[in-house]
Amino acid sequence: AASLQKNPTTSKVVLLACGSFNPITNVHLRMFELARDHLEDTGQYSVIKGIISPVGDAYKKKGLIEASHRVEMARLATESSEWITVDSWESQQSDWVETAKVIRHHYEELLAREHNRDNVDTVKYTKKRRIEENYIASSLMLLCGADVLESFGIPNLWKQEDITEIVGQYGLVCITRCGGDPYKFINQSDDLWKYRKNIHVVHEWVTNDISATHVRRALRRGRSVRYLLPESVVRYVQEHGLYSADSEQKNADVVLAPFQKYSDASTSG
Amino acid sequence: MASCRAPLVLLACGSFNPITNQHMRLFELARDHMHSTGRFEVVGGIVSPVSDGYGKQGLVPAKHRISMAKLALQSSNWVTVDEWESQQPDWTETVVTMRYHHGQILKEYEQSAGRHSDTSGNFASPSSPFPQLKLLCGADFLSSFKTPGLWLEDHVEELVQRFGLVCVSRGSLQPERAVHESDTLFRHRRNVFLVREWVRNETSATEIRRALRRHLSVKYLIPDSVIEYIRQHELYTEDSERRNEGTALRPLIKQAHQPIKSLDD
Repeated sequence: AASLQKNPTTSKVVLLACGSFNPITNVHLRMFELARDHLEDTGQYSVIKGIISPVGDAYKKKGLIEASHRVEMARLATESSEWITVDSWESQQSDWVETAKVIRHHYEELLAREHNRDNVDTVKYTKKRRIEENYIASSLMLLCGADVLESFGIPNLWKQEDITEIVGQYGLVCITRCGGDPYKFINQSDDLWKYRKNIHVVHEWVTNDISATHVRRALRRGRSVRYLLPESVVRYVQEHGLYSADSEQKNADVVLAPFQKYSDASTSG
Repeated sequence: MASCRAPLVLLACGSFNPITNQHMRLFELARDHMHSTGRFEVVGGIVSPVSDGYGKQGLVPAKHRISMAKLALQSSNWVTVDEWESQQPDWTETVVTMRYHHGQILKEYEQSAGRHSDTSGNFASPSSPFPQLKLLCGADFLSSFKTPGLWLEDHVEELVQRFGLVCVSRGSLQPERAVHESDTLFRHRRNVFLVREWVRNETSATEIRRALRRHLSVKYLIPDSVIEYIRQHELYTEDSERRNEGTALRPLIKQAHQPIKSLDD
């Protein structure tokens, strides 16, 4: 988007996208662009950063290839972006990390950076003065597709208190396909309804259903995926021979980490 | 490399106003499909942007559309941009463009056959079959054959019979239906190759231009180099979209005096 003048009274927002990114596609990257355009168009927000946080291997999703590859592909994909970055913290944890925890981690990092900056700025401002001038701290919002929003309803995939924390304390930017209707889903959940003002629904104006699943299928069949992924990622996939019938069978007999965790637990964590 | 495969060149005509990732996907999808039939080896792809004489609303000057296509295809090792059509003084019928390129391919083939070289040139061996040229298009293109005055029946006949079509399905349009509903297409259905893109991917240049007018991001829909070019030359504004407003498409005028036979005869 043409850079709108960053209005000093707008809230600064960082967008965080969690997911497999197996592999990252142009659709994933589009989500960031759409979200930024949408939020800035309201005149209330300034999107200052985007973070891609690929899930760790311990997630045990079928067909999930090594995190090192997924992180590297995301890095290659975002090289040309001035504001979207990749963070490997989540992928480096030995256990699967709940999304709410990932958000908390990144929010704390965000606050810490701002706090340091505040200290550096003591010549011009004291922290006290910034509070007096209604200083608005940056917020961190979870960026996702409508499928993630609707996955809130799948039993044992999310902890209720995590959902409440994510929408209540942070916020959600949900990208929906043309014809999609996340509002219906929001309506049907008391929790989501309560925090509906923190859920920003963005309609994709281009119909594009190309998913990572579709990309992996094409690769298994020796079909071209050019122009579905950034060029550098296509090359990386080719060079490393990623995504075959074999790789798709990984974790085939294993239970997805959240299901394992939440159905095992007799007391919630 | 199976020697029974016919070398094939794919030609896409269109506005390319601007070229998008979707346009380039058409070539990739078509190549994979034609290879998988076992009968073809795709040896080249040609993007042929229409000339300014086409008169379509919102069409920016050909020199820009050509430059953008060249930038977009820099990274491709088999698809190129050709300026011949865009340089003709008047709008050129698709079949005329096909004939021109077919002639060019023939010339190259004869030259390299004359050299009897076995370089990596596509048409090197005199014993290799003569390369075919087929028109690459989306399903909307196929449906446009029905639009009164847009196509001459003889041209459609020549297109499918002499050359052939490779048509990539797009969204909900069903190219099978267009073939079924046209006797000409039906008669030559063996030369109409339908490529199914199962997953919807509908980036249209119209949507891209709209987004650009509204200063919305089109990153990851068209190549970065094209975005930069558009920015530098300030293309695609409200003014540019009004170009040719109220003007009839050139084919409708040029072909207006011709008898328009229904393709459903």
